[in-house]
Amino acid sequence: MMQTKLLQIADLKLHFKTRTGTVQAVDGVDFELDSNRAVVILGESGCGKSSLAKAMLRLLPRNVEKYEGSVHLQGADVMKFDEEEFRQNVRWVGISMVPQAAMNSLNPVIRVGEQVAEPAIIHLGISKTEAVALVRKMFQHVGVPLDFVDRYPFELSGGMRQRIALAMALVTSPSLIVLDEPTSALDLLTQANIMNVLKRIKHELGTSFILITHDIATSSELADEVAIMYAGQIVETGHARDFFPAPLHPYSQMLMASVPRLRSESDPMFITGQPPSLLNPPSGCRFAARCPYRFEKCDEEPPVFGRNGRKVKCWLHA
Amino acid sequence: MSTQDINAPQPLLSIDDLHVWYELRRLGFGHAGYVKAVDGVSFDLAEGETVAVVGESGCGKSSLMKTILGLNVPTSGEIVFDDENLSELSGEGLRRYRFKIGYVQQDPYGALPPFMNVQKILEEPLIISGVKNAEERLSRIHKVMSEVKLHPVEDFLEKFPHMLSGGQQQRIVIARAMLREPKLIVADEPVSMLDASVRVEILKLMHALQEAHGLSVIYITHDLSTVKYFSARIFVMYAGNLIEKADTRRLLENPLHPYTHALLAATSDPDFRNSESFKEVPPGEPPSLVNPPKGCRFHPRCAKAIAGLCDEKEPLEFEPEPNHFVACWLYQPQ
Repeated sequence: MMQTKLLQIADLKLHFKTRTGTVQAVDGVDFELDSNRAVVILGESGCGKSSLAKAMLRLLPRNVEKYEGSVHLQGADVMKFDEEEFRQNVRWVGISMVPQAAMNSLNPVIRVGEQVAEPAIIHLGISKTEAVALVRKMFQHVGVPLDFVDRYPFELSGGMRQRIALAMALVTSPSLIVLDEPTSALDLLTQANIMNVLKRIKHELGTSFILITHDIATSSELADEVAIMYAGQIVETGHARDFFPAPLHPYSQMLMASVPRLRSESDPMFITGQPPSLLNPPSGCRFAARCPYRFEKCDEEPPVFGRNGRKVKCWLHA
Repeated sequence: MSTQDINAPQPLLSIDDLHVWYELRRLGFGHAGYVKAVDGVSFDLAEGETVAVVGESGCGKSSLMKTILGLNVPTSGEIVFDDENLSELSGEGLRRYRFKIGYVQQDPYGALPPFMNVQKILEEPLIISGVKNAEERLSRIHKVMSEVKLHPVEDFLEKFPHMLSGGQQQRIVIARAMLREPKLIVADEPVSMLDASVRVEILKLMHALQEAHGLSVIYITHDLSTVKYFSARIFVMYAGNLIEKADTRRLLENPLHPYTHALLAATSDPDFRNSESFKEVPPGEPPSLVNPPKGCRFHPRCAKAIAGLCDEKEPLEFEPEPNHFVACWLYQPQ
């Protein structure tokens, strides 16, 4: 008996039209996520990971040139939903998102309790009084003292505001929360606190997470699974316990080797060169130009090879 | 502080009991207290020495840095740099003081004027310091661009900041800081806005420049995993005080102050086992600098606080092992 996966994305593409050409930000992404699991999408700036988040939630700007592929949420292909169906059944209710710098995008003139209630009132149709109890519960989940309900965002520290943004994403009980760089602007101890909150929510509420970040070390705090994104494509996926000790794709290996470690004497490396522009991605393997193991076959775009639950988009693993 | 050898060279930078308090005014009149951003900081920095100042937001490290750069007037205490006492400088003397210290900011794109190309950006400090000969300026620019490894130099000179990657922009910022041949570089989170794979490259570049020129560097950061690649000593700052000072290796092996412990425990290495446990984080948040807690400023969050002592008296600085200083009552000699 096959258990329906929570999320299955196949050949997702999102291309933007710009004056200089087409930016192929998300270019054929496949991945899957089970319930109550957290996958971390690791990549550097310009790899398309924020665009991937937007593509999953259909948060599209006006200059979209191509938006296709399939996104199955609990078995249903949400790409086929029309705007209203998507709004009612997917956003907030099925998947919610904590975008980058969410803590800075809270409405400065509305009390935080009201802001957390808003998605529940709109998407769950509950009344303001019913929402009060729900908001208090959310505050407890994210660890914000209850007397902060009537405060304004400016009265809260950065870490507290990030917890409010998280509470907003949680209030509608989505099965999946997408977090885009949730800790990058925060202090060290605050980061650790937020990761603790996410772990606790995953454990107590069974929520799944997609964590998008370039902070490799912090990502290991939550990751059950890892996906590496490069130049608009996913080049490797696998379980965290397989990936972190032994990444397979040359880019993954070099990325992991570039992380300075507190507790070991490794000499970190850096990767020379830059990722290709998403405007005109090279044909063949997109990492070939910077890859020390490049050979003739790399002129042809590699398919994804799978082995033992791990997937690598690299001819070395054919 | 340990006694100094009479024959030891004078430190390049000597900070003695520095206080930087900002006055708060209530609606334009009426004194409403002080933000005690730097509240009793002392340390020496030798020529060619690198030190990391580690602390979270609100600990006062930016105020400390701005005061060292001559951008803030200290409320009390002394700063002596290259044998000159900062409080005795003004006008031209103060300008020349500022030339001797280079500054590398956190946000490379924010640090560069978007309407100036690289050549103009790098010429600016030279023009300001009176280098009138255009050829000499160009030759110095070429030299510093080579040192930060931006080749071919001619190609880069014409570019505007938005045409460069984050790492390249930061190299320009570093080049600009190096142009007036400073003796001290203050680098405030120089790599935290860069991608993971570029950070190490920039830190290694800074390390190479530091060694080649015998520069002193104050490296301000909250990323503890990078300090051992770039600093000989670490100072940990909390709520306006330096609560621990030690050689980097020693501090990482044997952190003494409970806050330092907490910072190290909160730093993750990429290890899949991390997801299996929660991190222990001291409860609460850093205190207000307007009304810091009585006694040790960390005591409200400290699991090891000694009632009657830590909440009453500000800890003195102790030296439980050679060259390892900690401001914590737990280390009071018996």
